[in-house]
Amino acid sequence: MSRQASGLRAWALQRISAAYLGLYLIYMLGHLSFNAPETYEAWRAYIADPGVTIGMLLFVTALLIHAWVGIRDVLIDYVHPIMARVGLLSLFAIGFIGCGLWFAKAVFLASVAA
Amino acid sequence: MTTKKRPVYLDLTQFRFPIAAIMSVGHRASGVLMILAIPFLAYILDLSLSGPEGFAEVKTILGSLFIKLVLFVVLWAMLHHLLAGIRYLLLDFHIGVEKEIETKSAQAVMVAAPVLAVLIGLVL
Repeated sequence: MSRQASGLRAWALQRISAAYLGLYLIYMLGHLSFNAPETYEAWRAYIADPGVTIGMLLFVTALLIHAWVGIRDVLIDYVHPIMARVGLLSLFAIGFIGCGLWFAKAVFLASVAA
Repeated sequence: MTTKKRPVYLDLTQFRFPIAAIMSVGHRASGVLMILAIPFLAYILDLSLSGPEGFAEVKTILGSLFIKLVLFVVLWAMLHHLLAGIRYLLLDFHIGVEKEIETKSAQAVMVAAPVLAVLIGLVL
């Protein structure tokens, strides 16, 4: 992942994911401000809508790519001992993959538990 | 010839921090803060979709004053990160690179982020 997310590719990935994250966040803030779900069933039905499901899964993917490129830059800038750097990068990488799977499980659950 | 001992300015208290530098540090700090909030977000989403009891539990959690304060800081971080990011994107396209505009836009980000956070926080 580290090789793939470096240099020009990382630069481009960071901006493309940022554009999607920014637009989706504005939509989410608007939706939650004016259309907040009152009941579990309304919330579940909203997430189970195919458009929302795909939108959310894309959001999580973009978020984790963006977070990875960002934390990688920060750790490379400030953490110099190689073992500490590799350890922290691994910790965040595993954490991000774990969180991604957790999000996916939660979103899929909404479609199954009808 | 005597070699004069040259100063090495790595002392952070010796640095000048113009507004754009403070905004830039804020961009990084807000990014790291939001990363730390990712597991909490996954937990809340999972719990809210686990059933009517979980949904009610999430409402209780989000209703507590402490969590509200934390979420306000995260919202501020998010808006700072978003606005600073848009500014960087414009700078990438050579828009607003002039000294005065660059300083003004950095100030605008610093002010607009907390103001928007309060406004959105009131609606939410």
